[in-house]
Amino acid sequence: MGGITDMTIGLSHFLTVAAILFVLGIFGIFLNRKNVIVILMSVELILLSVNLNLVAFSAHLNDLAGQVFTMFILTVAAAEAAIGLAILVVYFRNRGSIEVEDISTLKG
Amino acid sequence: MNWMLALPEIVLACAGLAILMIGVLPRQNMFFGCTMASIGALVVTAALVLTVPDGTGFAGQVISDGFARFMKLLVLLGAAIGMLMALDFNTREGLDRFEYPVLLLFATLGMLIMLSANDFMTVYIGLELLSLSLYVVAAFHRDNEQSAEAGLKYFVLGALASGLFLYGASLVYGFAGTTSFERIALALLDPAGRSQGLTVGLIFILAGLAFKVSAVPFHMWTPDVYEGAPTPVTAFFAAAPKVAAIALLTRVLAGPFADLAAQWQQVIILVSLASMVLGALAAVGQRDIKRLMAYSSIGHVGYALMGLAVASDEGLHGLAVYMAIYLAMNLGAFAVLIAMRRQGKAVSRIEDLAGLGKTDPAMAMWMTIFMFSMAGIPPLAGFFGKLYVFLAAVQGGFWTLAVVGVLTSVISAFYYLRVVKVMYFDEVQAPLDARPQTLTMVMAISGIFTTLFFLMPAPLVRAAQEAVSALLG
Repeated sequence: MGGITDMTIGLSHFLTVAAILFVLGIFGIFLNRKNVIVILMSVELILLSVNLNLVAFSAHLNDLAGQVFTMFILTVAAAEAAIGLAILVVYFRNRGSIEVEDISTLKG
Repeated sequence: MNWMLALPEIVLACAGLAILMIGVLPRQNMFFGCTMASIGALVVTAALVLTVPDGTGFAGQVISDGFARFMKLLVLLGAAIGMLMALDFNTREGLDRFEYPVLLLFATLGMLIMLSANDFMTVYIGLELLSLSLYVVAAFHRDNEQSAEAGLKYFVLGALASGLFLYGASLVYGFAGTTSFERIALALLDPAGRSQGLTVGLIFILAGLAFKVSAVPFHMWTPDVYEGAPTPVTAFFAAAPKVAAIALLTRVLAGPFADLAAQWQQVIILVSLASMVLGALAAVGQRDIKRLMAYSSIGHVGYALMGLAVASDEGLHGLAVYMAIYLAMNLGAFAVLIAMRRQGKAVSRIEDLAGLGKTDPAMAMWMTIFMFSMAGIPPLAGFFGKLYVFLAAVQGGFWTLAVVGVLTSVISAFYYLRVVKVMYFDEVQAPLDARPQTLTMVMAISGIFTTLFFLMPAPLVRAAQEAVSALLG
C-alpha cells in the first residue's frame, strides 16, 4: 500500500460506506425515542445506502441495470416520503403530537 | 416484445386511472359507482388473466405461467370481495369516498405485478405499489386516532421492510451480476458462483418479504394495524395481499434461489415454527376479535410456510391449496366481523358476540363454521389445508414441523372455540344491527365453500398441482 496520493477508491470502500449508512438508518429507526420525522429521515438514509450499493456495483460490473434500479428507487422513495408525511399530518391532527413515545394507543 | 403477457396489468392500470376520473368529475358522491366499476375492472382482468399465454416478456422482466395465473385469480377474487364488503360499512362510517376502491384497485395492480415479476426491479415496483396504497387505506378513517396510528405504524415498519428487501436485492445484484431471476439461477448453477454475499443478500430479501407476510419475528405491526384500521380494510389486508406476498416469497425462493435451498430452508423452518407458536399462544389472551384474527393470521402464515420449508413438490402444492382455503374462510370470517355493529357503531370485542346464537342464528352458524374451519376440524376446508402441508412435512421427514403444527393447532382451537362458546352459551346482549345483504351473501358463499369443500376437492387440488408444476418447471 502506498501513500494517500496513490490510494484508489474501490468497490469495497463504497460498500463499506453504504453498509455504515444502512446500519445508521436501522439504528435511527429503533433507537430513536424523539420524533417521527427522524424515522422518516432514517428511512431515506436506508434507501440512499441501497442506491450507493447499486451504483457502485453497476460501475464495477460495467452493467447499466443497477443504475436503472437506482432511478426506480429514487422515484418510489419520493412517493413514499410524500405518503409518509401525509399520514404523519393526519396523525398529528388527531393526536397533536408526533413524539414516538405517544404512538401507543394500540396495544394488547 | 410480447405485450400480451402484461395485458391484465395494463388494462387494470388504465381502468384505475379512468375510474379516478369518473370519481372526480361528477358533483355527486361516486363511492358506489366507483366501487362497482372497480369490481367490474377486476372481473375483466380475471378474464384476461385466463387468456394470457405462457412465456416471459419485457426483456425478461415479466413472466406468465400457471403459478402466476392461479395466484392472480385468488388475489383478484379476494380483492373484489374485499371491495364489495366495504360498501355498506364505509357508507355508515362516513368513509364513502371514491378514492377507497381506486386505492384498492392500485393495490391489486401492485399484487399482480408482484406475481408476474421475473426480476427484482419488477418485484420492487409491484411491492411498492401495493404497500403505498395499503399505507393510505390503513389510515383511511382519517378522523379516527386509531386508524391514523395504524397507518403510521404500518408505514414506518413497511418502509423499513422495503429497505431491508432493497439492501438484499442490491447485494444479490452485486454478487450475481444481475437482477433477473433466470440469470441469478444460472449464476447459482456453478458452485463457484455461490458466494457468501449472495447468501447475505438472500437473508435480507427474506427478512423484507417476511415483514409483508407478517411472519414472526417480523410480525409486530400486524396486531396493531389490524385493530386500528377500519374493519373492511383489515379484511382486505388479511386476504389478497397475504396470498400475493406468500406467492412472491415462493417464487423467489423456489425459482432463482432453488440452488441455495440448504441455506434458506433453515430460515424458513425457524420462521414457520415461530409463527405457528406465537400465533397460537399470543391469541389466547386477546379480547378484541380483530386482534385475535391478526394472531390467527400469523399462525396461518406459519402453516403455509411449512409447505415452503419442506421445499418439495408436495410442500408447495400444500402451500397453494392452503392459501386458497385460507382466503375463502378468512373472507367469510371478516364478513361476520364487518357485520358487527350495535346501535350504529362498529364494535369489535369478543364479548360483543355474546348471545349471537339466539339473536342472529344464521350469522352465528356461519361464524361457527369459519372458526371450526380455522381450527382445522374435519370435514371443513381448513382441515384439508392443514392436512396437505402436514402430509408434505411428514413425507419430507420434517417431523418437528409436523408435530409442532399439530400441537399449535390444538392450542389455537382453544381460542377459536371460545368465540363459539361466547356466541352460544354467554348471556344474551342487545342484538346486533341488521346486516346488509352483501355481507350475508359473502358469508353464505364462503361458508358453503368451507363446508362442502370435502365433497369436491378435486378442481382446486388439481389447479394447485398444475400451478406448482408450472413453477418448478
